[in-house]
Amino acid sequence: MWKLLQIELYKIFKRPRTYISFAAITALIGVIQLGLKMDGQAYVDFLMNSLKDNFEFDGQILNAYLVCYIILQLLLIHVPLLIALIAADMISGEANMGTLRLLLTKPVSKTQFILAKFLASSIYTFILLVWIAVFALAFSIYLFGTDDLIIQKTSYVVQIAENDVFWRYIGAFGFAFLSMLTVTALGFFLSLFAENSIGPIVTSMSIIIFFTILSTMTIPLFQKIQPYLFTTHMVNWKEFFDEKVDSQNVVIPGSIQNPQKIIDSALILVLHIVGLVSASIFIFKRKDVLS
Amino acid sequence: MMKHFLIILVAAVGFQTSAFSQDMTELINKVSAKLNQVNDYTAEGSLKTDVSFIKAPSGKVKVYFKKPNKFKLKKDGGISILPKGGVSINMNSMVMTSGYVALAAGESTVDGVKTKIVKLLPTDENSEIVLSTLYIDEANLLVRKAVTTTKENGTYEMGMTYSKYSNYGLPDKVVFSFNTKDYKLPKGITLEFDEGEKSSDLDKLKNKKGRVEITYNSYIINKGVDDSIFK
Amino acid sequence: MQDIIKVSALSKQFRNITAVDNLSFTVKQGDVYGFLGQNGAGKSTTIRMLLTLITPTHGTIELFGLDLRSHRIEILKQVGAIIEKPDMYKYLSAYENLKLFAKLSGVKCTDKMLMHQLEMVGLAGREKDKVKTFSQGMKQRLGIAISLIHDPKLIILDEPTNGLDPQGIADIRNLILHLSREMGKTVFVSSHLLNEIEQIATRVLIIDKGKKIVEGTAEELFDPSQTIVELDTLNNKQCMELLQQSQWQQCLQPQRSHTLLLKMHRDQLPALHKWVVEQDVGVISLQPRHTLEDFFLQVTSGKQYVEAFTD
Repeated sequence: MWKLLQIELYKIFKRPRTYISFAAITALIGVIQLGLKMDGQAYVDFLMNSLKDNFEFDGQILNAYLVCYIILQLLLIHVPLLIALIAADMISGEANMGTLRLLLTKPVSKTQFILAKFLASSIYTFILLVWIAVFALAFSIYLFGTDDLIIQKTSYVVQIAENDVFWRYIGAFGFAFLSMLTVTALGFFLSLFAENSIGPIVTSMSIIIFFTILSTMTIPLFQKIQPYLFTTHMVNWKEFFDEKVDSQNVVIPGSIQNPQKIIDSALILVLHIVGLVSASIFIFKRKDVLS
Repeated sequence: MMKHFLIILVAAVGFQTSAFSQDMTELINKVSAKLNQVNDYTAEGSLKTDVSFIKAPSGKVKVYFKKPNKFKLKKDGGISILPKGGVSINMNSMVMTSGYVALAAGESTVDGVKTKIVKLLPTDENSEIVLSTLYIDEANLLVRKAVTTTKENGTYEMGMTYSKYSNYGLPDKVVFSFNTKDYKLPKGITLEFDEGEKSSDLDKLKNKKGRVEITYNSYIINKGVDDSIFK
Repeated sequence: MQDIIKVSALSKQFRNITAVDNLSFTVKQGDVYGFLGQNGAGKSTTIRMLLTLITPTHGTIELFGLDLRSHRIEILKQVGAIIEKPDMYKYLSAYENLKLFAKLSGVKCTDKMLMHQLEMVGLAGREKDKVKTFSQGMKQRLGIAISLIHDPKLIILDEPTNGLDPQGIADIRNLILHLSREMGKTVFVSSHLLNEIEQIATRVLIIDKGKKIVEGTAEELFDPSQTIVELDTLNNKQCMELLQQSQWQQCLQPQRSHTLLLKMHRDQLPALHKWVVEQDVGVISLQPRHTLEDFFLQVTSGKQYVEAFTD
């Protein structure tokens, strides 16, 4: 198993395509950071538009924590594409290249083969997220410094004390990893059914976009099905950035407004991952390799 | 912050000499004189913001004051969210204008203390403040409560509690109340998928006024404050 | 001799197409087993079933005396294969590809062993080049290196000469002979071209539309006593009656088309010639089938000779 995993990782990181994602993320984050560094005040004014009539702010609103939050909010919608690029290619790409049949004539268990491939794509996803974390958080800290994090939600504003933020990002990245792992599992699953990688990549993205639209629309019919869509749960990393308040409406440091929501969503995502990977193994073991 | 506002308010009113409300002017002059003992101070305290749609942690603050009208509140690390006008607008608009009419408006009890109600009307039409009502504890020459109506930023109410520093007319606790507008952002901007969580805490506080509470732990009075702080 | 491959009543159904139909055959140790059939005859499906890439609908496969389904990994350790065109990771070099597959085959190879293997297939000096720069022949040779790296007992080659130039084809032929004669390997090789197979195969199986047509040694299929003669005259009906009353009666085969079929020893042909001419039935043609190639083309394009041979 370890040997298979090594081989799969070796293959992933030997191909140029893998590095497109890292380059794309570095460029995207760089652009956002540059923009905010140059013209951040205007952006903050725009953000705070609804509040600045009534309130005055003192302090560094545009700090690394906010920058990272903005980046995550924007980026985590696009990262699935970069993940699908690799995950949805795992089986279909080998089928397309003709190496799948060669691999499977080797004395290797099909279940272990699938698991090793999935694990390898998970590790890729993990490294991609670590890369995002390093650039979006660590590099932002270097560029912007830290301060309290002020987040505007639809019906309220949350201020998180500077010393209460970092662990939330660890939680958020952990949760984001689960979300992206769901995308990995989906792309991986779809890659079983095609002999080129374009089909599964486009299908994965279409499903995610379609579900995301359903998740976003406040139409009663859609709202009924929203709890059943994994895309609804994928954004719940944001729950780490909401706090409980005491009877005097003062934030309780280190609290999360709705920890149950995070746990529930995480469980639903884990169920999706387990379901998709099990289905992949089940189907792959019975599938005829005709490529 | 509120203290500063008071000083300015009281000081400004002290200048006006309408025979019409001689008694009240005298009272205000006395209060003003008491406050004038303080040339500058640095105070440490804690700040609590209680606005229905803002979840803010309590934080440590440092407050600096220097006569006649320099005032600065600094949060000890972190970002402070304060109602607009609470500091700067009152300060500027009130010092510039000097003409006020002080009117007696009866008596009232604030937190169990008997107070005289004094209404201050600016004579300058351009003044930001439309009307100020002060509840003055005559025996101790302390302002217990002040209600200020402004043109731009609505009505504020300040409640003051005194103990250790009452000789200087400096409060231990100031509660600043104000009206807030509704807050709502479209989902498209916040990129939230589900309905914003309507916690019971938020519902409870709906339609309530916003409050900012500063509790002072210590004052350093008349030891000098560097001008650079106010920049 | 041990049975290396034993296939019994093997069938594969894809939706409503029967790709392989009730196929049985046995490959003995040391055989170079030629697996013949036209394109689409079911050769690849059979080979993929031998390699567990495709699950049979019916039937059993035993390799080395073990059931393939329950001993998959154990069996595959002893099998080397090239299926259709050899495909490797184009973004990896020849050396990297070989190393990767060696690892997958469960053998620990030193650099020296890997280099030796590349030398053997004539790729020394190109080991660092990415496979995407390779010609079809070079890929084929790398494919062979990969399929032999773990020293398998059975080598399965699916159309190994596809897309190769005459020199490449000759190289493959020599390699198969070398593997069989010098190294004692069992080779199972498929082709749609008979002349490739007839020079090397010890046994031949011909299939068409998923069904076994004939199996036997090349000698058996060449057997002069088994020559089939196709006779066409101006009046086949009359000719048939005459044949039935003659000494040729026992050579007559069931008629499949308007022509007449006879089975006899090659040596009897001149006598047949003479006799037919004497009957004055207007001979149009009298054709013996005596090369495997001719036979192969016939069996796979029309069915009339099949029955003759499989009676």
